[in-house]
Amino acid sequence: MNPNLQITPDGRLRHLLTLEGLEPALLRQILDKAEELDAATQGPEKKLGLLRGRTVINLFFEPSTRTRTTFELAAQRLSADVLNLQVSASSTSKGETLLDTLKTLEAMQADMFVIRHEASGAAHFFAEHAAPGVAILNAGDGRHAHPTQGLLDLYTIRKHKGDFRQLTVAIVGDILHSRVARSDIHGLRTLGAKEIRVVAPPTLIPAGIEAMGAKVYHSLAAGLDGADVVILLRLQKERMLGAFLPSLGEFHRDFGLTRERLRHLKPDAIIMHPGPINRGVEIEGDLAYGERSLILQQVQYGISVRMAVMALILGAEA
Amino acid sequence: MSLLIRGARVLDPASGFDGIAELGIRDGLIDHLGSGAPAGAYEETLDAAGLWLMPGLLDLAARLREPGQTHKASFRSEIPAAFASGVTGIVLPPDTSPAIDSPAIVNRIHRSAQAAGPLNVHVLGALTKGLAGEALSEMGALKQAGCVGLGNAYAPLANSLIARRALEYANGLGLTVHVFAQDPALSNGGCVHEGPVGTRLGLAPIPAAAEVAALRFWISLVEDTGASIHIGRLSTAKGAGLVDSAQRRGLPVTADVAVHQLFLTDEDVDGFNAQCHVIPPLRSAEDRDALRDAVRRGVIGAICSDHQPHEADAKTNPFPQTEPGISGLESLLPLALRFASETGMAPLDLAARLSSGPAAVIDADAGSLAAGRPADLLLVDSQARWRLQAAALRSAGRNTAFDGSEMHGRVVRTLIRGQTVFSA
Repeated sequence: MNPNLQITPDGRLRHLLTLEGLEPALLRQILDKAEELDAATQGPEKKLGLLRGRTVINLFFEPSTRTRTTFELAAQRLSADVLNLQVSASSTSKGETLLDTLKTLEAMQADMFVIRHEASGAAHFFAEHAAPGVAILNAGDGRHAHPTQGLLDLYTIRKHKGDFRQLTVAIVGDILHSRVARSDIHGLRTLGAKEIRVVAPPTLIPAGIEAMGAKVYHSLAAGLDGADVVILLRLQKERMLGAFLPSLGEFHRDFGLTRERLRHLKPDAIIMHPGPINRGVEIEGDLAYGERSLILQQVQYGISVRMAVMALILGAEA
Repeated sequence: MSLLIRGARVLDPASGFDGIAELGIRDGLIDHLGSGAPAGAYEETLDAAGLWLMPGLLDLAARLREPGQTHKASFRSEIPAAFASGVTGIVLPPDTSPAIDSPAIVNRIHRSAQAAGPLNVHVLGALTKGLAGEALSEMGALKQAGCVGLGNAYAPLANSLIARRALEYANGLGLTVHVFAQDPALSNGGCVHEGPVGTRLGLAPIPAAAEVAALRFWISLVEDTGASIHIGRLSTAKGAGLVDSAQRRGLPVTADVAVHQLFLTDEDVDGFNAQCHVIPPLRSAEDRDALRDAVRRGVIGAICSDHQPHEADAKTNPFPQTEPGISGLESLLPLALRFASETGMAPLDLAARLSSGPAAVIDADAGSLAAGRPADLLLVDSQARWRLQAAALRSAGRNTAFDGSEMHGRVVRTLIRGQTVFSA
């Protein structure tokens, strides 16, 4: 397989599948573009004409409201035509293969597919089989990657904290199942973050995560100590019952972010969360929208970042 | 019919003979190995100078997909591929559809296979009814029908009591139980080795402990019952160590390895390469090196293909949703030869791992070139170097992880019971 599946021979973005392997300059280019688009859409007129006449299909094999909506808004603000398709796993298991689905939709002359799928590697799979003019944008594949979430996290951190090389970032929660954590780690490492920590009980830390450049902490106090940024991950409650955690209460007791625990962080530290939050599990309710929290800003930045990625990919082909 | 093969380097692992010699065949049996055979006494003489002559390969795990999965492959597609690869005998795992749990299915398989060619097809019977893991199969009837051992393929057993009773019952019949050593709870639906690569790709892991825990369990039952087991498709360094220590204690435990495990590691999965989706998973470089060492030392007595041909669609999906397995029949000998040249393993030892070693596991009349034995053998040009092309495979399954990889050795001729079944 082509290791540079997502990069054109002249170094531009062809698909966005993962942040792994992207050059720092390319990451900065996306963040700069997002900043430019963020500024351009601050007024009452939010629509730009960059993707007029282009067709973007949101192809979601997993239920999602938040991510799908922000992708939809991003495409609309660039004047693209948008089609939303929620495909249930059962309909694909009744004969039509994933490849059939892709080819059928390609025949409708789509320019880009925004794809979310439960299987790690799904975005790579689609990119390997996509027609030459069709771009794949990964909106989350299994536990593997959620690159636009990673980019919007980088954007948020850069905007509010500046130079990555001075920053200690703590990612707290279900690292094992998290595509967000993996994308954040790749992005932060590429941009030179001073220290990346993952904080969770051992049952939620995947084996060998250190090789990605993260330090493992099993104590929240130690993991937060002196951190500039804390990224909380959503705990999927259904998944946790059983052998990962004794109870959600126990998790909150040992790994939930509380007002009392803020003292471990740097005084000007910021709190982030990809949403949707479980109040009283990852975070004490009133902290979620408190003065340190950027959780709502992240949603807004998410639109600009997704616009930037779409514009760079489809713009590059024009 | 009679044939004299002259000038070849003869490798006979059963007797330990390695040297230039003449080998005579008459009426399907070897009737002479040595020098000074009266040339006039044979109808045909073959000059094989520069070639190696060794017993035909006995492959301990090859799924030919019949009955039940003929959209993947069939006896008609796979048996010629076996012949062209120097394979003269195979062992079929019991997870066909229906499973091999009754004499009727055993007979049906023998009949259909025979119609496709004279390959020595050995059959493993199901250890439990329908491979469901709940009730013992009719082992005595399966033995009488010709099963050379019993196993439950990848299917788990309901509990440890069933495992123990199955082992005891099989032992009473003198049948070896072929074990797939992977604890189902610890593997937890995973698809790759637990480690940095699987973590980075976000693929569900199968820890090395899944193999180690299962091995410890089975070996303790062997200690208890005295029954003999064969561990199929060993994948970890620790697993090889456990087999080694069991053998040192004199326990009747043998093991094989799939040839791809001697070359590939979890790094090869990177980029979501579905051709490297195999069970047990490709493990770390340290595991691979330990497996290589265990093959060299004979702790692992057999190298097999773990042949699992698939239709193209089976691998056309996101990685976790692809079907595991490699179409490996045609790369068994060339990879084994490459392994020997990379490690400096003696050709005679290699021939043992491919013929007499597996023959000992199923107690088959194979792997020997002594006078009186069946003339199942092959001639190979061990110096040939070539690159495998997936599209050129004879097997109906083109799912190989070795497309474009260097292969060592080309089969020149394969004989079964003295008959040439393949000639280059």
